[in-house]
Amino acid sequence: MTSWVETVSLTLPRRRRAARVFALACRLITWSGVVLLGVLLVHVSREGFQWLDWDFLTSFPSRFAERAGIKSALMGTLWLIGGTGAVSIPLGVAASIYLEEYARPGRIKSIIEINIANLAGVPSIVYGILGLALFVRGMALGRSVAAGALTMSLLILPVIVITSREAIRAVPGSIRQAAFALGATRWQVTRDHVLPAALPGILTGVILAMSRAIGETAPLIMIGALTYVAFLPRGPADSFTALPIQIFNWASRQQAEFHGLAAAGIIILLVVLFVMNGVAVYIRNRSQRKPQ
Amino acid sequence: MTLVHPMRPPTREPGSAPAGARSAILEVENLSIWYGDNRAINGVSLKIPEKRITAIIGPSGCGKSTLLRTFNRMNDFIPGLRCEGRVRFQNRDLFASGVDPVEVRLRIGMVFQKPNPFPKSIYDNVIWGPAINGFRGDRDRLVEESLTRAALWDEVKDRLKDSALGLSGGQQQRLCIARALAMQPEIILMDEPASSLDPRSTARIEDLLFELKKLYTIVIVTHNMQQAARVSDFTAFLESGELIEFGETEQVFTRPKVKRTEDYVTGRFG
Repeated sequence: MTSWVETVSLTLPRRRRAARVFALACRLITWSGVVLLGVLLVHVSREGFQWLDWDFLTSFPSRFAERAGIKSALMGTLWLIGGTGAVSIPLGVAASIYLEEYARPGRIKSIIEINIANLAGVPSIVYGILGLALFVRGMALGRSVAAGALTMSLLILPVIVITSREAIRAVPGSIRQAAFALGATRWQVTRDHVLPAALPGILTGVILAMSRAIGETAPLIMIGALTYVAFLPRGPADSFTALPIQIFNWASRQQAEFHGLAAAGIIILLVVLFVMNGVAVYIRNRSQRKPQ
Repeated sequence: MTLVHPMRPPTREPGSAPAGARSAILEVENLSIWYGDNRAINGVSLKIPEKRITAIIGPSGCGKSTLLRTFNRMNDFIPGLRCEGRVRFQNRDLFASGVDPVEVRLRIGMVFQKPNPFPKSIYDNVIWGPAINGFRGDRDRLVEESLTRAALWDEVKDRLKDSALGLSGGQQQRLCIARALAMQPEIILMDEPASSLDPRSTARIEDLLFELKKLYTIVIVTHNMQQAARVSDFTAFLESGELIEFGETEQVFTRPKVKRTEDYVTGRFG
């Protein structure tokens, strides 16, 4: 009787070939994403690079393409991101601490969890409508930085809660047990051990969520952020514009010069995004190198 | 009086303090523990003598760790777990309504199966427990004393500020013991403290136990019977959540009164 193992040599070449095809497909799919990004960057640079100079960064928008700049949009975006961070980070991290460390498993916790997951999938325009009703009209904040930041906070809160919870859950239970066994209260355990260990993960999630907020346009248009602003916001109650809105505004003009300006604005927006993602990667790498 | 589970022959009281024992620091009275509908501990009564090493042995899943974790209320964190009966620590019921589990854990320390130092410096590992509990004395002295008692001082005295994660497994476990000692507990519970260590580190931990029992009461759970025989003064044999036999270690291992104990300690266990 021949062993079944001897027949393996017959099927092995075919299995090898299938493995190679699959590896090749994976490689192609991965690279297609990189290529797409490259095409986008080249295209945008070719159109926008000539407009990029110091004046572009330090000028307000103008009817004349040569004099138009992105100063108010860039500052508006920074204000918006600052405000969004100030609201969404404490709320989001606190909510995730509650859900992971304090909430007892049960109906109420499941309902909260399902709702947060659902909120993360709600289209941003819906948040815009909510912001318009709740902040712009309801709280009479008007078309202000505060209204924009609160709306953006609503938008990214679910993302922050979800990523922070994962980071907190990744802290080994043995650390909590060790701390509890020394007569610590839950708050002491959370403050001294769980949060420091989870911090890199929380920060990464927060920065990625903020990056999303930077690029969002729909909710800002909905709450009526202005498209032409020739001043800088001095406080949360002032009106503002933001990078994506300015880009949208320029891109929808007839004249070709403004399309170049839009491309230059996109370059600035991408630089801000790359910097933020770079910070996230840096934080993650640093925490991995340190023995945690 | 020791309560005896109705399933047992009334003539034998397996949990009563063995002859020659000192006064009991911990008295378990007819303790039963359920995970949901599943009974993990069934009517266990036991008196843990002061400043002695008591070993709890038994096959995997017999409830040794569950029983141990009742003593400092670490089971509180397990949802769906229910206790009946009493555990008295210095004549106070650990489960009485006015007892704060945090206070229980201050006085009854614990060392876990896998070394679990905090990802902090060696110094901070030792001082964290006292610090959060309002220790006002000389921190450096407390750290040195605790590490010395845990037989670790000489190895780490020049790198107290280094991360505890850079220590070997055996050193980490001794650091965890030092961390428990820094709280100056009355009882130290050890849940298979050497099971993840190599034989050399295990021997060091066992030597350390002999030193520590002069000052502390130690309850150690182990599935290693040679270890129980080597280090403990008293041994409790647990099977399927029931206390089969409790007595002086020498007697339990050489002249067991119950057949099931004999089968287990001689390795004839099914």
